Amino acid sequence: MQGNVKFIQGNEVCVEAALYAGLEFFAGYPITPSTEIAETMSARLPQIGGRFLQMEDEIASICAIIGASLTGRKAMTATSGPGFSLMQEALGYAVMTEIPCVIVDVQRGGPSTGLPTHVGQGDFNQARYGTHGDHAIVALTASNHQDMFAITVEAFNIAEAFRTPVILLFDEVTGHMREKVVIPERGEIALVERLRTSVESGVDYHPYLPREDGRLPMSDFGGVHRYNVTGLYHDMWGFPSDDPKIVYGLIRHLMDKIGNYAENMTFFRQDHIEDAHTVLVSYGAAARSARHLVENRRKRGERLGLLELQTLWPFPGDVVRKVCKNADYIVVVELNTGQVIREVKLAVDRPERVYLANRIDGQLISPTDIQNILRLLHGKGV
Amino acid sequence: MEKCRLVFSGSGGQGIITAAILLAEAAVLHEGLNAVQSQSYGAQARGGAARSDVVIWDKPIYYPKVIQPNVLVCLTQTAYNKYHPTIRPGGLLITDTALVKVDKSAEARLARLPFQDQVKQEMGNTRGLNICVLGAVAALTQIISTGSLESAVAGRFDERFREANLKALHMGIALGSQSALSSV
Repeated sequence: MQGNVKFIQGNEVCVEAALYAGLEFFAGYPITPSTEIAETMSARLPQIGGRFLQMEDEIASICAIIGASLTGRKAMTATSGPGFSLMQEALGYAVMTEIPCVIVDVQRGGPSTGLPTHVGQGDFNQARYGTHGDHAIVALTASNHQDMFAITVEAFNIAEAFRTPVILLFDEVTGHMREKVVIPERGEIALVERLRTSVESGVDYHPYLPREDGRLPMSDFGGVHRYNVTGLYHDMWGFPSDDPKIVYGLIRHLMDKIGNYAENMTFFRQDHIEDAHTVLVSYGAAARSARHLVENRRKRGERLGLLELQTLWPFPGDVVRKVCKNADYIVVVELNTGQVIREVKLAVDRPERVYLANRIDGQLISPTDIQNILRLLHGKGV
Repeated sequence: MEKCRLVFSGSGGQGIITAAILLAEAAVLHEGLNAVQSQSYGAQARGGAARSDVVIWDKPIYYPKVIQPNVLVCLTQTAYNKYHPTIRPGGLLITDTALVKVDKSAEARLARLPFQDQVKQEMGNTRGLNICVLGAVAALTQIISTGSLESAVAGRFDERFREANLKALHMGIALGSQSALSSV
């Protein structure tokens, strides 16, 4: 037990969790504040027989993990905003070709190269809309090391179960911060392994013909089956097609395989919601400040509650609506000019109850910052 | 216990972030306490302003930064000028006699110790400065036992540097224990 207790950075937690989940291949281009993921991975992966590749840029990095995953290996890359921008085209390719992979974006202040060493949460919309065309995407986050471990493992599970890229949207504060984490024993967190085809060598394998349950069994590329993979709309053989029926069927499949199972990938935490007249909605590093405030003010009898989102996409609108149902004030705490707040306003009844508490100066919002905004809202002045 | 908030400040390359990590690590791995360590620095590797925040408590810690430190360590004049007004009333300011001129008053106790001179004199260079300061922080605050810190320091450095760093740690503990605190 004692050996499982570690005092490490969030970025290192992400590495340990990825290895726990069965990661065998990492390709990346180091960038602050995600660098420790690549650095630690370069030491840890070879120890377990995996492969670490430092690539020439982020485009090559995501392409390498897509290729590795297609050959049957769990694969991941890590970057920050500028690199995440470069990855958008290939991210769409992974969506279209349904190749499981995990992309970590440790957010800094943006846009452009922005603030390399400071915190921001401006990539929420990019995670959803960064790559072109209609598509569904999964993006998860966490505010503390223990949750970061579990969520990272969950990212691999969702990627494999649904054959989709999954984005881990962490931030500079959680990535660089050190705190205690207890590495779970083997078996403590269930792992999803890839569904492989039972079709034998020499028998026709249809790479894009879903089973009755909608899942697509994979065949390790370069193995016993020869098949085509393309970003174009494709038929069950994987060859390009513009047949309207096939086009319609594929885009519906890509949307519905995530949309219909959104509940299975919805993770969140709620504290003191029952009688809360003000509910803070937050995520990642900002949720640490929100929780600090809620716990402190509760001791003084103030009816504050917290909804911490861990699933950002598909946006858990039903959860937000239910949790915020009875609140007089809903305050979204985030480190951008207002991204999650738009989704919250769309989700809740009476959106005029929704307010923003943010910071956009590269600094983590403090409990006092949030408290000052609450005082104004409650008509108490600062 | 009282929540303890510490800020280590100085210049990139002095090792203050390492000192902060070791203190927090000792608290978590060897004392069974909670600790959160974070840092802020510019894009350059050496020479820029560097700061690390540590919160140590026996209860869960959420907000990881320190606004008003109980213990403020300043190892450059720039860091002192910038952070001295943030010290919590009744707190403790720790500086180096050669590196910082204390010229402003504050409602805090002051430990102004010759870390750099002594490390240089006894070890021939100033590389052990951060660990020496760490020893003094522990001795002055009594939040972490000597044994826990020794374990953390010994675990951090490989054989070539272990003895030197443990020596620097004990030098700091001695400096901290002998120091007569004055008010600022």
